[in-house]
Amino acid sequence: MKVLVTVTDVAVVDDEFEIDGLDVDERYLTYELNEWDDYAVEEAVQIAEASDDVEVVTVTVGPERSEEAIRKALAKGADRAVRVWDDAIAGRDLLDAETKADLLAAVAREEDPDLILSGVQSGDDSFAATGVTLAEKLGDEWAAVVNQLDLDTEGGVASVHRELEGGVEELTDVELPAVLTIQTGINEPRYASLRGIRQAQNKPLDVKGLADLGLDETALETPLRRTATYEPESEGEATVFEGGPDEAAGELAAILREQGVGQ
Amino acid sequence: MTVLAVAEHRRGELRDVSHELAGAGREVAEATDSELHLAVVGGDVESFGEELVREGVDRVHTVDRGEEFNHDVSVQAVEQLAAELDPDYLLLPHTVNGLDYAPAVAERLGLPLVTDAVDLAVDGNLVVTREMYGSKVETTVEVDADRAAVTLRPAEWPAAPKGGDAAVEPFDVTIDESAVRSTVTGFEEAAGGDVDIAEADVLVSVGRGIEEEDNLDIIFDLAEALDATVSASRPVVDNGWLPKNRQVGQSGKVVTPDVYIAVGISGAVQHVAGMKGADTIIAINKDPNAPIFDIADYGIVDDLFDVVPALTEEFGG
Repeated sequence: MKVLVTVTDVAVVDDEFEIDGLDVDERYLTYELNEWDDYAVEEAVQIAEASDDVEVVTVTVGPERSEEAIRKALAKGADRAVRVWDDAIAGRDLLDAETKADLLAAVAREEDPDLILSGVQSGDDSFAATGVTLAEKLGDEWAAVVNQLDLDTEGGVASVHRELEGGVEELTDVELPAVLTIQTGINEPRYASLRGIRQAQNKPLDVKGLADLGLDETALETPLRRTATYEPESEGEATVFEGGPDEAAGELAAILREQGVGQ
Repeated sequence: MTVLAVAEHRRGELRDVSHELAGAGREVAEATDSELHLAVVGGDVESFGEELVREGVDRVHTVDRGEEFNHDVSVQAVEQLAAELDPDYLLLPHTVNGLDYAPAVAERLGLPLVTDAVDLAVDGNLVVTREMYGSKVETTVEVDADRAAVTLRPAEWPAAPKGGDAAVEPFDVTIDESAVRSTVTGFEEAAGGDVDIAEADVLVSVGRGIEEEDNLDIIFDLAEALDATVSASRPVVDNGWLPKNRQVGQSGKVVTPDVYIAVGISGAVQHVAGMKGADTIIAINKDPNAPIFDIADYGIVDDLFDVVPALTEEFGG
């Protein structure tokens, strides 16, 4: 059995930042493994640990920078990785969910996995649509926002819980092959061990461009373009207490007492 | 031109977002001189259909198929509705179930998809406002195409008021059963527990900023000094540091205490959805740009590990 996990590195913005054109100035961005994908990797590795003959492959659409996040996934137990990137992809301002799904689908067709796990969303763009779009492109079944997974590989069914709003979960059976988008909290992602980190350095990480995947630049065409980026105006009128922790805590305590708290 | 918005329901009730979709749809329809059509798939379609008769709605289509949401059915139903109505803009909810079928519908219809819209404008092209980087920035995304699908964030548009004289009409779909490869087998409430945060008058709520499980002690100390209950945002529950019944937010509980003290909580939209009804909101966070300050009444921008013990001490803890 083969499990393909989509892995992306996401930009995290510093507390203080400036915008340069259509994005946050690169100086204020750091990159890390997307939180939702971390849970997806863990779920795949747990599936591999529970039975023999399971291969876990990660696939990433991202520049060389993203290899840090990929190595992290390999250190946690993925067997090998594919990274999709070339100059044509780098030249695009906006990689929307459909474009990413096109690139991921090309890899998925080569790999022919039984199961694809994808984070529900990425922490930066938050499109939250790549996994289901990928499923539709592949003609696979899917389930979005999965927070529990019970896999019956012989029966070809994934029994999942989907986390709905308001503390309710939906129980659904999904035929395999399927794409599941993974919600945080489904498991406890492990920390990469030192041994895992060492081993990750020697695991295969293939880089493929459009041509390697049998695609051309038409795969990157999208009618979406970002036209403005700005800091939202604060709607808040909060009274902010200043003057250090003790003084601020004293002023806040007075407000709380006025409201009858702690008396 | 036509705008088509698809309602959402669960366990016998239309969800609020359905009427917000009608509200947003009305704005787009007015701006583009379009007809506004609503649709509902499954459930008690007769009463849902009547309830969807709202101001600005031209027609309501009811698809009598199944009691609850099944994405394979919804995808086929919306695909056939779109084939019949030929909508220019398709509006769907950015909810858990919206996420479970909107991308497939857009892909099948060949429509560009923009998700999690917080505002819409049509100025020649459709321009969608959305957020990035956990609400730290807003962007506008222009769709250079005649048609598009958009998912709308709940609670961003006013509900369209009841009224109007829209016709409610059943819409027959032919469902290809071989393409229904998922089966909803039931529902389950998240684990309960002995504490009901929805009943508390004062909540001390803790988020990612607490960093480690052991650090929760200072939160419980403060709660004890204030005679308050401890609740949490999602990351704390995901880490297993507090049980699910303590989680405030879209996927947790909606709370309306007199006082809500958000400690180390940035204020992601999913969290805010669960606590914005609190009478007094207090935020303690070292990031001055954290969205929680947008809805807070009082705030302290400082290190929670200094502020929280100082506050506990003020109350003799």
